[in-house]
Amino acid sequence: MAKELWKGNEALAEAAIRAGAEAFFGYPITPQSELLEYMSRRMPELGRVFLQAESEIGAINMVYGAACAGVRVMSSSSSPGISLMQEGLSYIAGSDVPVVLIDIMRGGPGLGNIQPSQGDYFQMTKMAGHGDFHPLSLAPSTIQEAVDLIYESFDLAFKYRTIVVVMGDGSIGQMMEPVEMPPFKEWPEERPSWAVRGAKGRPPNVITSLYLGAEKLERHNMRLQKKLAQIQANEQRYETYMTDDAEWLIVAFGTVGRIAKSAVRQARAEGLKVGLFRPISLWPYPESALDALVDRVKGILVVEMNAGQMVEDVKRIVARRRPVHFLGRMGGVIPLPDDMLAVLEEIVRGNGEEYRYLGGTRWN
Amino acid sequence: MSEATTTTVQSPADTKNMQVVYKHPESLRDVPTHYCPGCTHGIIHRLIAEVLDELGVRERTIGIAPVGCAVLAYEYFNIDGVEAAHGRAPAMATGMKRVMPDKVIFTYQGDGDMASIGGNEILHTATRGENITVIFVNNTVYGMTGGQMAPTTLPGQVTTSSPYGRDTQMQGHPMRITEMLALAPGTAYAVRRSMHSVAEIRKAKKAIKLAFMAQLEGLGFSIVEILSTCPTAWHISPHEALNFIRDNMVPVFPLGDFKVHEALKGRRV
Repeated sequence: MAKELWKGNEALAEAAIRAGAEAFFGYPITPQSELLEYMSRRMPELGRVFLQAESEIGAINMVYGAACAGVRVMSSSSSPGISLMQEGLSYIAGSDVPVVLIDIMRGGPGLGNIQPSQGDYFQMTKMAGHGDFHPLSLAPSTIQEAVDLIYESFDLAFKYRTIVVVMGDGSIGQMMEPVEMPPFKEWPEERPSWAVRGAKGRPPNVITSLYLGAEKLERHNMRLQKKLAQIQANEQRYETYMTDDAEWLIVAFGTVGRIAKSAVRQARAEGLKVGLFRPISLWPYPESALDALVDRVKGILVVEMNAGQMVEDVKRIVARRRPVHFLGRMGGVIPLPDDMLAVLEEIVRGNGEEYRYLGGTRWN
Repeated sequence: MSEATTTTVQSPADTKNMQVVYKHPESLRDVPTHYCPGCTHGIIHRLIAEVLDELGVRERTIGIAPVGCAVLAYEYFNIDGVEAAHGRAPAMATGMKRVMPDKVIFTYQGDGDMASIGGNEILHTATRGENITVIFVNNTVYGMTGGQMAPTTLPGQVTTSSPYGRDTQMQGHPMRITEMLALAPGTAYAVRRSMHSVAEIRKAKKAIKLAFMAQLEGLGFSIVEILSTCPTAWHISPHEALNFIRDNMVPVFPLGDFKVHEALKGRRV
């Protein structure tokens, strides 16, 4: 199929439809509103369900209800809206139902602004709601990758009966790029045996996240943890770029990971052997792949569009074997290759002390 | 000795000539419930189960339990069920009905769940004319958390979070949400019934049946508010609790029909 020019939000919507989304419930919020608008046109065209909810709280609970029916259902939002969805996400996780979500991240905290950000890393990978769970979170760095990831997301959601989140920053949602759209996916008509669709010819199915009794809830949590461990074992995804002979390593995800490739090339033109490690799955974090690179480099620079969130995971994995430096921009300021290069040069000149650059200035 | 007692079956042989006039509904499981003595949740469960049986929809009905005393309702109904977050049952019901329009979907919600934390969800679900049924159980308090003040708490009523009695100047007035929902054009059926006497219970069952019929006929949103007891939180006996409904609740929450779709008017059930 030929490549076409697509806007990120609309490409994500169309790819989700081709992946088999049967229902979409959402609420407008910049910078993802085009996704909802696209769905409002396209879903009825295909005889599928679209409904604009009264709030993100309404939307995620509509998603929850439809998911209990064993239907391929999704929503999309942006950071403040995701905050409102967290209650629902926790119930969904506690109930083992498959749900696909898109988070087009914007600057926070609070109302923040509508610029690109990676400020939801903690929110999605560490604490997407109360209790112990992690959504399977995937971070694309191009619109094509966003399309490919969302195309796989229902398979993953149903395989593990889990929440799958595609996390793009505002620039993934808003920019246009050439994309090859995948074909419409075929799904069997049969619904999962656990689905709540009326107790016809069988004992009733119940979907709940309530387990009264300490041992009962602990057993339920043990089962959830086993499932998460399975996801952790099977679904770590990442890309490496020029890491074979690298002496210095940049770690960055999403849009920043993509920009970092230019920084790597620029550094190499100046004789600095730099490589890039780009996590694609943010949870599960691609730990073993990063771990294998640590001892081969002299130092690591983590670059994010936040005040330092993923860097905590990197530090955990590096475990003080090498200095882990940080360059963070916030509020929608995008770190450019020159910024990364300048910091790299300072790191190379330095004595191994860990640097933290925030908002264009050195903090230590 | 009463007439009924004298006609009691004397031997098993007589049973073959008897007609079953009262039995355990298929839509209700034969299990003990956790409800307090004198609580009317059990009666309301039974009425719903009888209606589902009579309409022949048990196998295509999904019930949505609230957060509150009825949180375990899915363990008592013999139907598919789910458990919603506090107040979110109407949104869940919306998601379900939209992807399964041929199924019968109902929520079972208390006054704290529906009128307070779930106010936005219920308002928009009614406004959209979502073709679902809501059984709204109003007992003026948050029973499960220990009897705190609810939006429906009566003026002057003492609860664990209004120890000086509900002061309407400070804590507002009781919310008559069913009347509010009746204003929504999407609402097909909105009525208030009570559990305080056998006659009222029979009226409540008819209303529940009409509400489900509204859904089956695709007429729109239907809600039956049922005034219910909470002897435990009210600190009175079960008998006094029934009188409390009649004497104290009904004057604030008048029984009656607030909206009945044309297609349902004059229907005998």
